[in-house]
Parts: sequence; structure tokens; C-alpha cells
Amino acid sequence: MPETLTKFIFGRLTLESLPLHEPILVATFVVVALGGFALLGAITYFKLWGYLWREWFTSVDHKKIGIMYMVLGLVMLLRGFSDAIMMRLQQAIAFNGSEGYLNAHHYDQIFTAHGVIMIFFVAMPFVTGLMNFVVPLQIGARDVSFPFLNNFSFWMTVGGAILVMASLFVGEFARTGWLAYPPLSGINYSPDVGVDYYIWALQVAGVGTTLSGINLICTIIKMRAPGMTMMRMPVFTWTSLCTNVLIVASFPVLTAVLTLLALDRYVGTNFFTNDFGGNPMMYVNLIWIWGHPEVYILILPLFGVFSEVTSTFSGKRLFGYTSMVYATVVITILSYLVWLHHFFTMGSGASVNSFFGITTMIISIPTGAKMFNWLFTMYRGRIRFELPMMWTVAFMLTFVVGGMTGVLLAVPPADFVLHNSLFLIAHFHNVIIGGVLFGLFAGIAYWWPKAFGFRLDPFWGKVSFWCWVLGFWFAFMPLYILGLMGVTRRMRVFDDPSLQIWFVIAAFGAVLIVCGIAAFLVQIFVSIRKRAELVDVTGDPWDGRTLEWSTSSPPPAYNFAFTPVIRDNDAWFDMKRAGYRRPLSGFRPIHMPKNTGTGVILAIFSVALGFGLIWYMWWLAALSFVCLIATAIGHTFNYHRDFDIPAAEVAQTEEARTALLSAQGARA
Amino acid sequence: MKRSGALLLFPLAVLLSGCDFVVLAPAGDVAVQQRDLLVVSTLLMLLIIVPVMALTVFFAWRYRQSSTTATYTPDWDHSTKLELVIWAAPLLVIICLGALTWLGTHLLDPYRRIDRIEAGQPVTQEHKPLRVEVVALDWKWLFIYPDYGIASVNELAAPVNQPIDFRITSSTVMNSFYIPALAGQIYAMPAMETKLHAVINRPGTYTGFSANYSGAGFSGMRFAFHGLSDQAFTDWVAQAKGAQAKLSRETYLELERPSENEPVRHYASVDPDLYGAILNLCVEPGKMCMNEMMSIDAKGGLGLAGVRNTLPLQYDKLARRGAVFGSDPSYVASICTAEEAAAASRATRNDDDRDWPLRDLSPLRGVGLLAPGAGSRRADADTPSLGLLRFEL
Repeated sequence: MPETLTKFIFGRLTLESLPLHEPILVATFVVVALGGFALLGAITYFKLWGYLWREWFTSVDHKKIGIMYMVLGLVMLLRGFSDAIMMRLQQAIAFNGSEGYLNAHHYDQIFTAHGVIMIFFVAMPFVTGLMNFVVPLQIGARDVSFPFLNNFSFWMTVGGAILVMASLFVGEFARTGWLAYPPLSGINYSPDVGVDYYIWALQVAGVGTTLSGINLICTIIKMRAPGMTMMRMPVFTWTSLCTNVLIVASFPVLTAVLTLLALDRYVGTNFFTNDFGGNPMMYVNLIWIWGHPEVYILILPLFGVFSEVTSTFSGKRLFGYTSMVYATVVITILSYLVWLHHFFTMGSGASVNSFFGITTMIISIPTGAKMFNWLFTMYRGRIRFELPMMWTVAFMLTFVVGGMTGVLLAVPPADFVLHNSLFLIAHFHNVIIGGVLFGLFAGIAYWWPKAFGFRLDPFWGKVSFWCWVLGFWFAFMPLYILGLMGVTRRMRVFDDPSLQIWFVIAAFGAVLIVCGIAAFLVQIFVSIRKRAELVDVTGDPWDGRTLEWSTSSPPPAYNFAFTPVIRDNDAWFDMKRAGYRRPLSGFRPIHMPKNTGTGVILAIFSVALGFGLIWYMWWLAALSFVCLIATAIGHTFNYHRDFDIPAAEVAQTEEARTALLSAQGARA
Repeated sequence: MKRSGALLLFPLAVLLSGCDFVVLAPAGDVAVQQRDLLVVSTLLMLLIIVPVMALTVFFAWRYRQSSTTATYTPDWDHSTKLELVIWAAPLLVIICLGALTWLGTHLLDPYRRIDRIEAGQPVTQEHKPLRVEVVALDWKWLFIYPDYGIASVNELAAPVNQPIDFRITSSTVMNSFYIPALAGQIYAMPAMETKLHAVINRPGTYTGFSANYSGAGFSGMRFAFHGLSDQAFTDWVAQAKGAQAKLSRETYLELERPSENEPVRHYASVDPDLYGAILNLCVEPGKMCMNEMMSIDAKGGLGLAGVRNTLPLQYDKLARRGAVFGSDPSYVASICTAEEAAAASRATRNDDDRDWPLRDLSPLRGVGLLAPGAGSRRADADTPSLGLLRFEL
């Protein structure tokens, strides 16, 4: 009887589920636990819980949510990168009969987790965070359309991240590769909890991503300041709009396909099984119908960042704004017509393969046009090589190589010899690191002073920059070479000793990237220490061109005391040129949304629901599901959702800024 | 400065010269043509990539803030002529590349029979293709030679300059069948068959492997591919014939169980219906084959009676089967005996390999390729030839 009871309470969770036999994991757990306790202890000691809860966790302010997304991305980057460096080390030593230091069970989880974490919990939070922070400021809005939804979306993303992290110490993660192709990910071949962790982590986070997409689309469509027509929107806002359209149109496909996989695994349906008429090829198609737009979801906002940065630091209007916008829209549409290029080798006919190959190549036309637009923005400009601009030039030189190898892989016969090889790995890291990550660093360096009121320390920024750029080339050029030698991905051991030197070089590149990440953290730390020196009171440290630079740094909760009126696409530049003066009186109360803890609570129930489903603790799943629905319904009865910032308080805030500005003016 | 640059490049050159760039220097004609396409596409793209990179560096240097001589036009943001150029230049490259892709994809379609042994040597009536049935197992490869009635595990052999027709499937999960020296890869999928046509031109031993992750033993899923002279191939077949083991359904079910880093093994004889049974998921006795099920369904199915035509699963090669809320593991019971099913399957087997018409190898002139699907209906005079690609180069 007690055994039945234990089984009822804990489902399939037993003591053996804890990876105590893996010394690496035990050591990691000890370090994480100590670090975690230290952090929690410090928060408690400095009595920060109340502050964090009131000012951050429950905040519906898009700026704070944006910053929290960035923190999440950064934390998960450390985890995702640890996986990367472990893989590099394993592949660098597993030669000449050596098994390396990772067994298959562990290694296969690592490469799966690396992919999942880097895409869903690093790149996505970073990109969403950037959009969340910048878009409302760029369009002259005070918040997003649905502030509570924004908070809820964030916490759902955190919830997914928590489930992935939990799999490290309780049970295991999927051993299927980051897209979990069936039949391998089906219950027959992966009966353990790994794939269930994968499914529920992505489902929980996917809710957040989809809702945040809806939110930002509404914000951009409905909340632009008067005068800002669609064709006067800053390019970053445009690319964000396109990205969110892609999110809303593609994430439901992911949700659906994972639901089908979950049904196969839980109730014995046969969508993707071998027997009983299932068809795994359907899964591959569906997951890539989401997966290909996903890569554009990641890169498009960064194209926007590069446009803003190039224009600002060249001191010039963006060349070819209209064609830039159309290029973005064309990429958005075309990104739905190329998914099959991820599996030319599945045996489609030649005409189908060529169709998808050619549509893929066509995407390179608008992308190429963008590249030229940035070039001609630099042409006859006056380029200041601050950090954001350095990242942009590095991007331009790196990304074109990745673009070229991408088009190469779009030629089906060439793909037959390079598919799944390390050449492919090098290609997509080339575009994701060279495009997305470089863009994020450019964006962080660019908007950091807006978020915190002081610049980032340029010295450590440059150290980080060079480590990253050189590290990238050292880490991935060898992979291109190995791909041409016919080396395939996800290998744990090798038998050809002549390959080893390239893996060693790649591992060296990864170490350089470690230095880059470390220097980035040092840069943040040093900048906070030296914030008095790096301070910027003007709110416009780069001589910016778009609206976010017209307000103070950091912006007040209400962003703009008066909603600006727009006459040009470089709105702030136009205002400066027309001799804009800050209004100093006539303030009125500002209507704002109120903080709420519901998002956090809903996310906690979602995590519990996911955990219950993963471990077959049906009571937990049922209970948390009921609580989830009840809380959601309960929240609709919350009528205390908004308040007014009194005019006096606005006036006080604005006067404080006036005083700061005049103090600085006097010093100058 | 120049000298130090050369010194820096020297170790790189040494490193590169010591490598076997099998994708760039393959030994089979199909892979050679794929390589050619790869190289041409790269060169074509470099036409635009190199100027862009050069311009980036040049503009970044020329228009730096400290430059006092550079022109500065802060409000210049449009030029119709320039816009035309920046959209047209990539467009032109993509038009060329797109045409090359369309042709190359059709000519190098793995399902299409090859029509040349190598450049300048067309396939003739004398070149009888070698048929090989490939099964990806957990985690090893099984090769069945239906023409010789032999089979081997983790070793593949073929005579040089003879077309090889691969039929590829998998027993459990997805893999990808890839011998870089021979030809591009194609997925091996359970209950499905993919095809690959290729030829090896130089004798030698090459590496083949799975290029799609398939679970714990994936890294060891490698095999040797021997390109042999005719005499050596005959010897190899004789050697296999002399092996002790025979591959029946029972021994296959033993072999099929997951195992890693399997040694090479030969089978002197093979159950002729085995491959069909693997493909139709009915190696286990008493299980209904998929093609049988499909033909029953095509005739209207068994109706509600079919729902009960299942038997509980007794033999189970997997650690655990069945979803937590699903029904108990079961399989659809066969209606006919294994022999009857095999005979029916043999009768319906698509035997399009046997007597295929030879192709006209004169290069394509003036007309485009056939409409999709037209090739199989009238694979005759105006089918384009593989010679075309070389002609383009």
C-alpha cells in the first residue's frame, strides 16, 4: 500500500531520478546551490524582497519588464554557453580510442539543451526584452497595449526556463536534438522524462511568447504618437512589428505540433509513430513551418538595431528607408515559403526541392538590399566608432559570410553533401552569433544609457568585442573546414585523428568567447561602479534621431510628460533641428496601469502543472490546472487596475530633470 | 608586415594540406558533380560578397569621424539609381544561381537513375546496376544484396564504374545514409523507402555513416565502403557466401536489437522477403504488413471488425512501449500467413528498375526541363543529361 501511495504522490519520480551518479552534475548542483543560497541570503539580508516584489516582479512597466527579460537572457546565456564549452571540450579530446569525459547519455542531453536554451531562453528573451524596452519609447507611448499581459508573458517565459533548468538536477533532459524529431522523441524510443521536460518547457514559454507577440503588434498598430504614420515609424519598430507578426503566425504551429507529440506520448495516439499509420515526416514539416520563421523572428529586430545604430553613428539619415521597410516585409512573407530547405534530404521530388531552394535564395535579395542600405548610410557619413558601431561593422563583415554559406546550403545538391554536417553548424552559428548576438550587443551598448542613465565602460566593452569577434572566427571557421571533410554533427567520439587539430582550434575559439562573456560581465560591473563618471543627464548621449532619446535617462514611469507630435521619420532629430524646447509647465495627471502579482502566480501554477505532467503526478497537474484557471478567472474581477499619477508629481519629476539639465549646462 | 602575414598563414596552409577534403575531392561521379555545383555557386556569390566586404571596410575607414577630407552629406538618404543597382545586383546573381539550382536539382535528383559513369562515359546496356537494400538499425547498418542473396553488417562493397541502386529504409528511427566520397546523403526512415543512385569511380576504402542523430550509439554507426575492381568484388561476394551465418527473420530480430560499435559481419544467405517485411514493419510473425493493411484500406477496410483485429504485444524489443493513458501495447494481426503476404507483396512490388530505357545524352538545347512528373512517364528522347552541368562549367 505505501508503495502505491508513493507512486500516487511522486508519480515516476524516485530517488534514482536524481543524477547522483554523474559527478559533473553533482558538482554543478553544489555550485548552483551555494550560489543560489548566497544570492537569496543577500537579498534577505539587505531586505530586498519587498523592493523586488513591488518594483520589479509585479511591475507592468514595459521598461522594467524589458530589463528583466534581458537579465533572464543573460543568466540563460551562461547556462547555454556552459553546454557549448562542454561539447567543444568533449569533441576536442574524444580521439584515438578515448571516449572523452562525457557518456552518450549526458552528451546527448547537452547538445539538445544547448540548442533549446540558446534559441528559446537566450535569443528569444534578449530580443523580446529589447523590443519591450525600446518600442513604446520609439513610438511615443507610455506603455504597451496590455501591460498585465506583458508581465504575464515574461513570467511564463521564466516558467519555461525554470522547467529546463530543473531537468538538470531532477531527472534528465531530452536526448533527441533540439527539434525532437519523432520517432526518436516518441514514447517508444524516449520513454524517459527528457522529452516531456522539452515539451512542457516550450509549451509554457510558448504561451508567453505568443501573448507578447500579440501585445506588441497591438502596441505598434494602435499606440503610435500622433503624426507617426506607418512610413514614419523608426526602422527598429518596423522590424519589431514584422517579427511579432511572425511570432503570432508561427508559434501556434509549434504549440500544435508539440501538443500532437504530447498526445502521442500520453494517450497513445499515432500522429508521428511508425505503426498504425503515423507519419513522422508530418512532424518534421510542421516543426520547420514554425522553425524557419523563428530564425527571422530572431534576426529581424537586430536588422532594426543595425539600422538605428548605423544611422545614428554615421550622423546621417538612413539610406533607403522605404526600401528597407519593403525589404523587411518581403522577408517576413518569404520566410513562410522556405521551410522545406531544412530537409531536402528527406526525399522530396526535384521540383519541390528546387522550389524551396529558389525561394530561399530569393530571401537573400532583400537581405542584400539591406546590407547595401547600411553601406550607403555609412557612405558620406561621419562615422563615430563607439561600441554599437563596432559591433555593426563586425556584423556586416561576418554576416555576409554566413549569408553566403546559407545560400550555398539552399542549393539542394550542395545540401545533400553538407546537410547535418559541421558546415551547417558553422553556417547557422555564423548568422546567429554574427547577426543576432552581435546585434544584441550593439543594442545593449546603444540603449544601456537610456535604461540606466549612464554609459557602459568602453574599455571592457572593447575587450569583450575583440574576444567575441576573434573567438567566433576561431570557433567556427574550423567547423566549416570540418564540414567539407564530411564530418557530421552531434558526434561524441571520432576515429580519424587528423580531425583533432581543428576541434582543438574550435575549442580555443570557445575559450576566447568565454573571455568575451566574462569581459561583458566585467563591463557591466565596472560601469555600475563608475556610473558617476559615465553618467549622462541629457538623455541623448549619442546625438540620437528617434523619440526614445527625447526623454530622460532612465525615462520616468510615464515615459513622456506630453505625448510628442511627429513630423518626420527621424522624429527626435527633426525636433532638435526645429529648436524643440521641453515643456516646463501645464502638466496634467497621467493615467497609468497598476502593478499586479497575478502574472507571477499564474506562471507558478503553470510550472507546477508542467512538472506534474512530466512526472505523472496527476494530482499535482489537476490541482495546479484548476488553480491556474481559477486565478485567471479571478483576475478578471480585479477592477483596481489603473491609477493616475497626479499632475504635481509629474511636475516634480520634470522639475528635477530641469534642475539636472541646467546644472550640467552651467558646468559646460 | 607582409612577411609576418605569410608566416601566419604558413601553419594554416600546412594544416589544410594535411586534410582529406572528401566533399571537395570525392571518388564517385555524383559527388563530383555535386562538388562542382558547390564550387560554381560559391564563386558566383563571391562576385557580390567580396565587393560588399571591401566596401564595408573602405567606407568604414574613409568616412571615419577623424577624416577631414571626406564629404559629409547628413541629409542624403535616397537615390533611385543606386536603389535600382542594390536590388538588381543580388537579383541577377540569384537568377543565375536559381537557374543553376533548378537544373542541378533535377539532374542530381537522388531518385533519378544516373546516366553517366563519369564525364564522357555514358551508361550503356552493359552497365547492369548493382542493387543494394540498406537498412539503418540501432546502431549499425545492414546491407542486403538481393541479386546475390547475401548480406553484410557495417560493410558495403561495390564494383567500380557500375551504377548502384540503393533502396534505403530504417528499422526504428530516422537516420541519414551518407558516404561522402560516393554521393550526397538521403534520409533512412522507418516504414518508408528512399532511393539513391550513384557510382564509384576509383577503387579504395571510404567511410560511410549516419548523418542524422539517432540515439545513444549514433557516433559508432559507421561502416567501410569498399570500391572494388570486378574481380575483387567477385571475391568479396564469394567470401560473404562462405560465411556461416544466414539472415532469416529470426536472426534479423536478434540483429535488430540495439547494439553499439558492431563488428563487420557477413550472411551467406538472406530471406528474399526480409527487406519487404522490414519496410512494411512486419518482420515479427503474425503482424500485418503495412502494404497489406493499405490495400485492405484501399478496398474499403475491414470496418468495425478491424478494430478488434489486434493482438497483445508479447515480443518487445523496446524497454517500454505504450503511452501512459494509451491502450495496452498491441499490433494489428495479419490476416494471411507470412508466406501469402510475401507473395502478394512480391506481385505488387514496384519493379521499375529492371528494364529501363536508356537516355539520349545529347545536351539540352533551347528548351527547358520537363514539367514535374513528366520524366517518369516519358523518360525518352528529350530528357536532359548530366553532361549538361559539365557543359555549363
